[in-house]
Amino acid sequence: MSLLEVRDLHVWFDPPQGQPVHAAAGVSFALAAGERFGLVGESGCGKTTTILALMGLLPPNASLAGEVLVDGRNILAGGEDSVRGHRWKDVAMVFQGAMNAMNPVKKIGWQIAEPMAFHGVAQGAAARQRAGELLELVGIPASAAERYPHELSGGMRQRASIAMALACQPKILLADEPTTALDVMVQAQILELLTGLSDDLGLALVLVTHDLPVVAQVCDRAAVMYAGEIVEAGPVEALYHAPSHPYTRLLFAATPDLYGEEEVVSIPGAPPRLDREITGCPFRPRCDSYFDPCGRDHPVLTLVAPGHRAACHLTGLPAGERAAREGARPLGGGGADLGGSPDPGANSGRSPDPGQSPDLVTGDAP
Amino acid sequence: MTTLPAGEDLALAEGEVPRLQRGGFFLRVLRERKSAVVGLGIIIFFIVLSLVAPYISPYSATQQTCRVYAPPSPRHWLGCDDGGIDMVSLLMQGGRISLVVGFAATFVAMVIGGGVGLLSGYFGRWVDVSLMRVTDYLLVIPDLVFMTVIAAVWGASLLHVILVIGILEWTSTARIIRAQVMSLRERVYVKRARALGAGNARIIWRHIMPQVGPLIIANTVLTIAVAIYLETALAFLGLEDPTVTTWGTILEHAFERTAISYGAWWAIVPDGFMIAGLIVGCFLFGQAIEDALNPRLKVANLSVRRWRLRPLVGRGPDAI
Amino acid sequence: MTARTAPGRPAPDEEQRSDVPLLEVENLKTHYPVRLGLTERATGGRRKWVHAVDGVSFTLARGEMLALVGESGCGKTSTAQTILRMIEPTSGTIRLNGRDITGLSEQRMRPLRRKLQMIYQDPYESLDPRFRVQAAVEEPMLVHGIGKSRAARRDLVIAALERAGLSPAEQYLGRFPHELSGGQRQRVTIAAALVLSPDLLLADEPVSMLDVSVRAGVLSLLDGLRRDGDLGILMITHDLSTAAHFADRIAVMYLGRIVEEGPARSVVRNPQHPYTKALLSVVPKRDPRERSAPQILQGETPNPVDVPEGCRFQPRCPVAVDTCLREDPALRAIAGTAPGHQAACILA
Repeated sequence: MSLLEVRDLHVWFDPPQGQPVHAAAGVSFALAAGERFGLVGESGCGKTTTILALMGLLPPNASLAGEVLVDGRNILAGGEDSVRGHRWKDVAMVFQGAMNAMNPVKKIGWQIAEPMAFHGVAQGAAARQRAGELLELVGIPASAAERYPHELSGGMRQRASIAMALACQPKILLADEPTTALDVMVQAQILELLTGLSDDLGLALVLVTHDLPVVAQVCDRAAVMYAGEIVEAGPVEALYHAPSHPYTRLLFAATPDLYGEEEVVSIPGAPPRLDREITGCPFRPRCDSYFDPCGRDHPVLTLVAPGHRAACHLTGLPAGERAAREGARPLGGGGADLGGSPDPGANSGRSPDPGQSPDLVTGDAP
Repeated sequence: MTTLPAGEDLALAEGEVPRLQRGGFFLRVLRERKSAVVGLGIIIFFIVLSLVAPYISPYSATQQTCRVYAPPSPRHWLGCDDGGIDMVSLLMQGGRISLVVGFAATFVAMVIGGGVGLLSGYFGRWVDVSLMRVTDYLLVIPDLVFMTVIAAVWGASLLHVILVIGILEWTSTARIIRAQVMSLRERVYVKRARALGAGNARIIWRHIMPQVGPLIIANTVLTIAVAIYLETALAFLGLEDPTVTTWGTILEHAFERTAISYGAWWAIVPDGFMIAGLIVGCFLFGQAIEDALNPRLKVANLSVRRWRLRPLVGRGPDAI
Repeated sequence: MTARTAPGRPAPDEEQRSDVPLLEVENLKTHYPVRLGLTERATGGRRKWVHAVDGVSFTLARGEMLALVGESGCGKTSTAQTILRMIEPTSGTIRLNGRDITGLSEQRMRPLRRKLQMIYQDPYESLDPRFRVQAAVEEPMLVHGIGKSRAARRDLVIAALERAGLSPAEQYLGRFPHELSGGQRQRVTIAAALVLSPDLLLADEPVSMLDVSVRAGVLSLLDGLRRDGDLGILMITHDLSTAAHFADRIAVMYLGRIVEEGPARSVVRNPQHPYTKALLSVVPKRDPRERSAPQILQGETPNPVDVPEGCRFQPRCPVAVDTCLREDPALRAIAGTAPGHQAACILA
């Protein structure tokens, strides 16, 4: 049985004005202990919303549907009250920019020990002792417990954040862009740490990031998200060598590789608005392989290989026809916005990509 | 950034005013906050009242038209004061001067405070240090003591009152504006303008002032409230020209001439309500603007309300 | 070549001589003083300096893109700020089109700022939220007195927007920044930089805050600009993969110095300096099957206040020998590498 199973998770946000935004639509995945799972996508795809939902850390203007099963028990069933007991004890999170979100007037050791006391795991001297052990575990000397956050470097603060997350011995660790603000060398250190923790402690790791190579190197399996949905999921090797969804393929093609010689592409256009009903496939306006059903029928995740699913109508076609259609359309020809497509003919004359939705999490204007 | 990029079909309707334009900002504040509407309404009410006072005043505000301390009656709604002057007329007339004093003093405070804050925040270094030292000195002077001294030395007149209030009130404005300007100075687009070779005047005028504008306005409104209050206090202490009718002098006359022992509440309470009313109106409007300028002041994230759970509908697809 | 060129395209400049490099930086140093605390001052503590830029030399030719690569604190941004004269250099020379601009007063510098434009990292902060696109792109012209009439300026704005890939430009003129996506905003700032027909473009992490799918578009734009417009571009980035793909040359910085420099392909495929080798080894690869053994250095980059003795990299260097503690190596050409490839290591 999976350690963590997410079933048909939906999240809606009610902004101060306008229609509810469907930030996550039918997200489902599962992990076993010790497994490293990547949730990849660009800004606004719903990946952060998804893992916040796993911890029940959504603002008051959010509503949820679906199930999150930890060891077979749905922790969302009773709303906030049922999630609270699991928070930090079963599922813990390292937030985006966690290194900058520490309490500046409390020592590191105190901050690590605090959740232990709160959840009844350890108190007083025992908690402090354990805090020291956790710091050693993440590669910082235990003496750092007596320091304040501003006395540590960014990389060390990130390690301390991981130690904080591990305070109550969770089985599942969610990491939201844990290395985004860090240098590549420090990033390598942190990723090595996370990989080691997942191997040694049997932690299930959900790594949320927009950085595909990080997922390719660290995770066993991954899911690619677009417009609030998972469009493809499977082993990372399959995602790179045999992508079934055009977005996955294009996303890899848009990521420069150190030694690769192929041209790096960009995908013109922007993701669709999530406060409106989407007819057909959400990626169609930017896709390079769309055909008839794409404008009408919303594709569902279907199996393309063992453990590998994709939500694309191409998967239902016979191999020959599929190969013919893939990449047949010019990028940006689906009516998406301009913004530098090299071919002037690709501009279909639609109005430029204006507007911006308000910040969903706080409901304010950007 | 956690903002969503929007899709192609989000075009602005022709003529629709985008959010950040200045006029639109105030309209939005009014639309979103009832308190702002109430506050602005009160302020406008008082301004209008003051403007039309000479025309709608039922009786003279200087001539005796009834018995001394006559209680409220159908003919004199709020009775009469110690000189037999109709209270309603008196209050209206008093409002005119009080408002003038309040606005004028605030104008003085705003010009000095805004200027000091702007220069101090933008240029920094020795300009900032010297201006802030001056500010600090004035900040610690106790208001009423200072006013007492000025009135004693130079005599009590309306002009002195306006100047004194203005001189005392610019300091808090200066500090607030300075803080805002200092943070604006560090914004990337300001640095870009400087790298372009734009001069200071241009940067201040085109980039800094428009952003600081709403803050100045919020501060102005709040300062008006303080100015009204201070004027009342000064008048009450007898430091203002007693021949002028302001809300403060009305109160002062009432206390001086034993209105309390006479039981003539109508000579005191309505006046107090007028003052309090205007101050509340200023506060509501000013605070609403301040809140709108600083969304982080909102406590939505600490709300007791929680996210809601909806029942699961439709099929549950198999997990991967 | 005719003197009359299309609006927005660079006009031939009398100063421009093909034999003189566009930008020459020689032994540039920028040191910031560290403020002494009260107790330190009282006890006679020595003044400390942040050696942000500690002897940087390179040249940039027209039509070339040089990527300054390094981790935070290596001094790449400070170098750009110094070249732009937003910070005063402590010593060294900066030459633009052969002309020494190091010590010029702000007054004499102002007309030269037309030739030198910078693009910043944050597309969300680079534009004044109250300025419409037209006003934002027009501003540089107003500052420098270009464009005789409103109509003439509008034409130049449209030309610049088109050149930046925002087409049809007329539809963007009236937009506010908050109505544009990150990629579009970055293009607007590029247009605002182009409208003055600069010779040199400094791009500080131009795409790091943009979505992956948008980055290549903006980078290709920069690439195209330097080719067609004969611009020189100095791109600052921490992303080695981007540098490898789009830049002609790469200069790797560490603690205020360039430790390796050369043609992009050569530096990436045949690194000579141990720091470059380590850095390249930890860059994650796209292909999950390529799980190379990363050479993860211990600790973090030391504080630029305390620069180590001898070679500044030796405390973390996996192959340091005794000599490294004493000798501070200079950049030199390495045998067996592509021409122009230099490294500052005695073991290379």
